[in-house]
Amino acid sequence: MPRWRMPTCASAALAAAGLLLSGCANPSVGSANDDPTKPVTIKFWHGWATPGEVKAVNDSIDRFEKLHPNIEVKATGNVSDETINQALRAGGDKAPDVVSSFTTNNVGQYCDSGMWADLDPFMKKTGLDKHKTFPKTLLDYTSYRGNQCALPLLADAFGMYYNKDAFDEAGIERPPRTMSEFEKVAKKLTVRSGKGSYKRVGFMPNFRFYQNSPDRLFAQWGPKYFDADGDSRLADDPSTYEFFRTATRLADAQGGFGDLERFRMTFGDEMSSQNAFLTEKVAMHLDGEWRGLMLKDAKAKFNWDVAPLPVPDDQAETYGRGFITGTVAGIAHSSKHQNAAWELVRFLTADTQQVVHFANAIHNVPSTFAALKSPDLDADPTFRTFFDILENKHSKALPPSVNGGAYVVSLGDFSYGVEAGRTHDLRKGLKKLDEQIDADTLQSKS
Amino acid sequence: MALSLSNPARRRLRTLGFLSPWLVGFSVFFAYPLIATVYFSFMHYNQIKEPTFVGLRNWTYVFDQMPLFWPALRNTLWLVVIMVAVRVVFGLSLGLLITKIKTGAGFFRTAFYIPYLAPPVAATVAFVFLLNPGSGPVNEILGSMGISGPNWFNDPDTAKPSLVLLSLWGIGDLMVIFMAALLDVPKEQYEAAELDGAGPWAKFRYVTWPSITPIVMFAVVTGVVQTMQYYTQALVAGKVASGVNIGPGSVIQPGYPDHSTLTVPQLVYQMGFQNFNTGAACVLSLVLFAIAMAVTMLLMRKRSGLLAAED
Repeated sequence: MPRWRMPTCASAALAAAGLLLSGCANPSVGSANDDPTKPVTIKFWHGWATPGEVKAVNDSIDRFEKLHPNIEVKATGNVSDETINQALRAGGDKAPDVVSSFTTNNVGQYCDSGMWADLDPFMKKTGLDKHKTFPKTLLDYTSYRGNQCALPLLADAFGMYYNKDAFDEAGIERPPRTMSEFEKVAKKLTVRSGKGSYKRVGFMPNFRFYQNSPDRLFAQWGPKYFDADGDSRLADDPSTYEFFRTATRLADAQGGFGDLERFRMTFGDEMSSQNAFLTEKVAMHLDGEWRGLMLKDAKAKFNWDVAPLPVPDDQAETYGRGFITGTVAGIAHSSKHQNAAWELVRFLTADTQQVVHFANAIHNVPSTFAALKSPDLDADPTFRTFFDILENKHSKALPPSVNGGAYVVSLGDFSYGVEAGRTHDLRKGLKKLDEQIDADTLQSKS
Repeated sequence: MALSLSNPARRRLRTLGFLSPWLVGFSVFFAYPLIATVYFSFMHYNQIKEPTFVGLRNWTYVFDQMPLFWPALRNTLWLVVIMVAVRVVFGLSLGLLITKIKTGAGFFRTAFYIPYLAPPVAATVAFVFLLNPGSGPVNEILGSMGISGPNWFNDPDTAKPSLVLLSLWGIGDLMVIFMAALLDVPKEQYEAAELDGAGPWAKFRYVTWPSITPIVMFAVVTGVVQTMQYYTQALVAGKVASGVNIGPGSVIQPGYPDHSTLTVPQLVYQMGFQNFNTGAACVLSLVLFAIAMAVTMLLMRKRSGLLAAED
């Protein structure tokens, strides 16, 4: 076989490619010099996909166009973050002007890279006081290091659904408020069926169960995740250890991780009629505000109610808190019609009537103070519990990161090992996890 | 004035002319992306800001600071070795059996080929449902026979073998290729071997095998290259079996359970398109490319050795 020879032209090609590639990696830059009162067409990309959601978005756009007859909005639904990223990188006429994301994980990257425009100048120009309009938790997850490149477009709050009939049957008068009560109540509500199996569990603590990713339950401790320098500090935070101990105790009180995991594998799909809470395999259930509507639609065969998730015993005064996340919206850096785009962002995120209409239509939590107090909001008390969770000053969202929430994935991965009993030295494990998170962050920084 | 060209030069131009469609395709879809991947592997590039040169930082990150790289590479290589070997043996055995059948060969051919046409995502979801340890029909049937079924996709020890089972269910493509090769073996050679007193094994060893070696090699090489890029089935199986909901705002690590189904292409996607880490994604792609190249060249040499031995 002949030996490989590197022709001279290959090195020339590499150099030429380098030049070519560094040239094509430039994102296009838009401008905020447009006149938002002149006729213009702007593009809005979002992630909503079900017919009901798409109708709610289109109705919102109709309302906007009535208020702004000169601005025509072309909406495209069911768009993922990856697609938006590629489009914004390419820029040009086909790229969207107004963008949204179903997750808060990428906000840090959007702000840090300048991919989404800083909204503070627009708010200043049009007299919108963000601190008076949006709850602080929501402002935190839509900004990164002082750059407010997104605004909340409705929110998701997490609480605890519980089976009232099961509570009555077990003689439990009210939902648990502290973790020690939680453990006792969970044990009381657990009904075994033979060795190694269950008829029902009080609370399924395993992290792979539906919405149980560790960051959701961990929010009840109010974790910091990062120090002022942006370094991971999970190993230095006593609440991290307490959180893992509580999760283990919850599992042990109901028969241990192994049996619970086997039982979990028999559950149906979360978004189907075989949902474990709906089929009464689980008596207490961590979930978001949308579950209530689903339980009503499915005509649940039992009485249920909603409460905030319990809190650690030494933080009893924070009862009412919960995990917060939500959809975010912003303006593409490549948009040539940024002022017109801002009008749409402002309408969608800060117009009280619009926020109320939209929240009622898709059963998400409204994301402005005024909308939360509006008399036109859905009056269902179970839905309103989530408004209180959102407004609770102790409620927690995930801090933004520059790498798409990689630290959340790493924490989840680590937690699976802890709950399965594979991590014998928690401190050592957490130290390593911190190092991993810091290495990942450094790798993503310019 | 006409350009005067010597004969060899003209011949070379003509050859290049005929080659040009392939050359264009090769340059646009292979050479340029490969050079770009090498280039970006030395850059910090988040797909938005301009790339900046970082030397070997991406390489040291992948090899030293990415704990999931090694399990992912191990899984990928495990799948390359075991899955390709099992698929080739199974496909060849099926081909041999069906070419021997006198009646109903058409029915069996169709029956074994049809699953190959199922979309990979749908096939994987169906398989995870069938093999659900708690409520799947397979374990229920095993249970009724008094056998305690394994946890299939939910156990790190059996998750990859379950993926191999899934790949055997869609063996139709290989079976058809092997059948074509087996039907191409000259009948006279079998007759001559029979006259010499050869039994079934001797006939396979000295007549069938040498004739189908190039096809087996083709199946192995394409199998290796495809399995190096194994992504969809492992991702879907892990996600569905874990039961974790990937809704708005939730991100999970592929590879359930315990990274046992995590493959390098999954990491490439995660790095490149979820963590905005193009440099590391390019390093991972180059590692895959290097391994695929090395294995293919090794197989090609082996094949030329086999063919030479035959001559």
